[in-house]
Amino acid sequence: MMENAIAWILIFPLFGSVACAILGMGNKKICYPIAVLSMAGSLWAGIEALRQVIASEEHTISYIFGGWTLDQYPRGVGIEFYADILGILITLVVLGVGLIVAIYSKLPVQEETPGKEPLFYTLFLLQITGLAGICLTGDAFNLYVLIEVAALTGYGLIAMGSNRAAAATFNYVMLGTIGASLYLLGVGYIYIKTGTLNMIGIQQAIEANGLADSATMQVAFVLVGIGILIKMAFFPFHAWLPNAYCNAPTTTSCLLAPLVTKVMIYVMIRMVLSVFGVEFSFESTMWVDVMPWLVVVAILCAAVMALAQREIKRMLAYLIVAEVGYMVGGIWIYNYYGFIGSIFHIISDACMTLCLFLGAGLILRKAKTTKFDGLRGLFGKMPLTMTGFFIGGFSIIGLPPTCGFFSKWYLITGGMVSQRWEYMVVLMFSTMVMVVLFFRLIERIHLAVTESGENLGHGHGDLGLNAEQTRFDEGPLSMLIPLLVSATIVIVVGIYNQDVVSLIEIFLSDYNLPRGTGH
Amino acid sequence: MSAPEVTVIEDIRPLIALVAPLIGLIGIVWAGEKRRNLRETFTFLAAIVQASAVLSMVPLLLGGGIIEFHIWQIFTNVPLLLRVDGFGLLFACVASLLWIATTVYAIGYMRGLHEHAQTRFYSFFAISLSATMGVAFSANLLTIYFFYEMLSVSTFPLVTHMQDKEARTGGRTYLGYLLFTSLCLLLPALSWCYVWLDGGTVTMDFLADTGKVGEFSQTTQIILLALFTFGFAKAGLMPLHSWLPGAMVAPTPVSALLHAVAVVKVGVFCVIRVYSDIFGTEVLRELDGEDWLIGIACATILISSLIALSQDNLKRRLAFSTIGQLGYVVLGATLATDMGIGGSVLHIAMHACGKITLFFCAGAIFVASGKKYVSQLRGLGRRMPITMGAFMIGSLSVIGLPPLGGFVSKWYIALGALDRDAIWVVGVLLVSSLLNVFYLLPVAVTAFFRTDETEENPGIQEAPMACVVPLALTALGCFVLFFLSDPLLRLVKIIE
Repeated sequence: MMENAIAWILIFPLFGSVACAILGMGNKKICYPIAVLSMAGSLWAGIEALRQVIASEEHTISYIFGGWTLDQYPRGVGIEFYADILGILITLVVLGVGLIVAIYSKLPVQEETPGKEPLFYTLFLLQITGLAGICLTGDAFNLYVLIEVAALTGYGLIAMGSNRAAAATFNYVMLGTIGASLYLLGVGYIYIKTGTLNMIGIQQAIEANGLADSATMQVAFVLVGIGILIKMAFFPFHAWLPNAYCNAPTTTSCLLAPLVTKVMIYVMIRMVLSVFGVEFSFESTMWVDVMPWLVVVAILCAAVMALAQREIKRMLAYLIVAEVGYMVGGIWIYNYYGFIGSIFHIISDACMTLCLFLGAGLILRKAKTTKFDGLRGLFGKMPLTMTGFFIGGFSIIGLPPTCGFFSKWYLITGGMVSQRWEYMVVLMFSTMVMVVLFFRLIERIHLAVTESGENLGHGHGDLGLNAEQTRFDEGPLSMLIPLLVSATIVIVVGIYNQDVVSLIEIFLSDYNLPRGTGH
Repeated sequence: MSAPEVTVIEDIRPLIALVAPLIGLIGIVWAGEKRRNLRETFTFLAAIVQASAVLSMVPLLLGGGIIEFHIWQIFTNVPLLLRVDGFGLLFACVASLLWIATTVYAIGYMRGLHEHAQTRFYSFFAISLSATMGVAFSANLLTIYFFYEMLSVSTFPLVTHMQDKEARTGGRTYLGYLLFTSLCLLLPALSWCYVWLDGGTVTMDFLADTGKVGEFSQTTQIILLALFTFGFAKAGLMPLHSWLPGAMVAPTPVSALLHAVAVVKVGVFCVIRVYSDIFGTEVLRELDGEDWLIGIACATILISSLIALSQDNLKRRLAFSTIGQLGYVVLGATLATDMGIGGSVLHIAMHACGKITLFFCAGAIFVASGKKYVSQLRGLGRRMPITMGAFMIGSLSVIGLPPLGGFVSKWYIALGALDRDAIWVVGVLLVSSLLNVFYLLPVAVTAFFRTDETEENPGIQEAPMACVVPLALTALGCFVLFFLSDPLLRLVKIIE
């Protein structure tokens, strides 16, 4: 069993979902334990796989489903799962977030979608299967299939939400399908030119046949790239995201918000580094000149739009769009630190977005609203929840020692090394926007003043609320503990950032990236 | 400032000073509003443990050693490292001893005014003091940055304590200035040093990397210097000073300890660190464009003193006076001579003692009589003789008259200016001292020598003892510091 750890990562949630669908027909209550147990099993297999990857000589392990041989040249058509350090790190993020959200989901799922537990958990586990599969697959077509698995289950999960969720889902379906189709089209071009779908095979073929200047490959690169950009909600392709995440059930937004966009960033890094190769992606295409500027526009617009929101979940949704800009920027400023920053930001952004959405879920449950106006005095009511929530917020701002500081540090350093000042300036700008966003929230919770500046209380800390509204009243433990755990993770990942970064450095040492003068 | 051939001792005491308030915090929150005597006991214990940990390191430092404690390897080549040298220790002593005094004072003040949310108040106070120790004992730029940010955020709930509209405005200005500068000016400067300094292997250490910035071009050095100087906006250098008067909406103990001692002194402390231990005096002196920084410091001193003249609100007047006095400290550092920097370091201690006395007095007046404005103080000298007497002493020390502490530091800054052949700076110092006289002395004079005809004399009405004792002690401290200046100078290695 140990030697097949990669396969077990997927087998647990896949069979868990089948079990949910079948057993859930008899007893709806059994779905929750199945989901938690299969996530725990999967995470355990993931940790085991990480250990194997680190221990192996090449820092990669490969698993071929169905025993299709890959001996002939070019590396053949088959389902190869191929885990290097990057893949397995992001997989662990997916599984960790999945486990925490699964534990958190007990009450929200019962209350928001009563009677639909089997359906929900079946889709939930399939979603995890899809996302983890994306991070592990070594085959470009297989990747498309898994993207669609994740997307289709995602549509289902979102559509279970409020009345407006159906419209939001439809929007998402349209854009998501366009993105996936473009990607598939690109893969088709690649297959025509290289005769293989295996990622390593494609890379070998590009090198061996000198395809760097091939127009077909250029087109393929653009198609794949734009497909991924749509999928990751890169501005201006972000329109599906805010509505989808805001109208979805609480658990769905907690699961999708930290993972979906981040996994697509992973796909972009994978395509740029491993499939097309550094030389092709950065030397043969125009992207390296254009993308940083698009990133600047993306971050600027997303940050400004986040500023205009008056509701926590919508604000967070636009923050995600801005963060996507950060990570894409980290890739296309094209240097070693930018990549460290991007990869580390995938991890830390997943942690802090999780923390914020879990917190928003708890706030929604107790305050019955996530609108800014309804938040006054919440700190006295639920101090632990708010502490957890604000740790996530501080991480988004980038205050040490949270993990957000370190990823931002590497991104800024990357901008410095490549001398992309526009990227640095926009990072600073968006950091200041985040300061405004979160301290505005803190103000709203902490002070007895309305937006227009009207004093509601009578001085001396009177918030103008009655005793019932300020009484200590935390959310249920099954929701509170996951939030506090994720807040702790935000800090622990920050403090232990060296360990993560040294793994990322092992991964990046295979690629020839510019490092500036230093180090 | 620190000679390279010192002996390094591994010791946990800097960490104890750092962690004591955080452990005290647990007790403070646990005791809560209902058991307030127990809660204040925890604050006391934390303050006393911190102060004794700090003081116990003095003999080691005077013996010529420095103390290090390695917390965590935070970047590939930059550790989170605590190091105690004379400069840091002096600042730590000042902050931790005055914390004890402020705790006593805060009990009198907060209870006297029946303030709300006192648990929150004491909790964040403790966190701020932990961050202050962290800054004092940081061994490299990244460590200092960590604690600097911690201090900005942890003081926000203290500034907005009143939770009303005024508090919101003050809090917004406060964080707006401090976080804008630290995230947008400081962070790029740090990143620049991290990437380009010494081929990227630099640890940004204050001891090992002094003067390495000299390898950059002159323009780069000037830009870096400006980013650092203005990035540490807690130093209150104009034009980034407006947060300090804004922060005066906080309760007086906060204004006294944080906005006259801990927070603002952290700002100038960081500036001195960068000047003397990242750039180094030699590099700075060779830097052509560095003169304009002297100019900005002088302008800050003069302009803020002029503004202080026009303020009727006592706390605001003191705030502008603080901005001016911080200007002295920055000025001493920009002079880039040993004497100048020594004077700056001393001025941190001297001004702290004088200004905290003045703020204590302002708070005591408010507790006893509810008066906030200078024009209301007529005849108050008879009602509150101890308070106003202490105010007089504090004023004289800030003005810089012997035998009070403020004289010594100004003397050394003037000597530093002479070393640099900048006679005009001495002129600025003289004019500014005169302005200090104009805006500080009238307060005490009004209180003692002008009587209020409308009110009959009600006899002595001092603030609660818990308010009066600390301010009397700090006033006494102004005298003591004058006579202690010799060991202090030895501590910071200005004289052997």
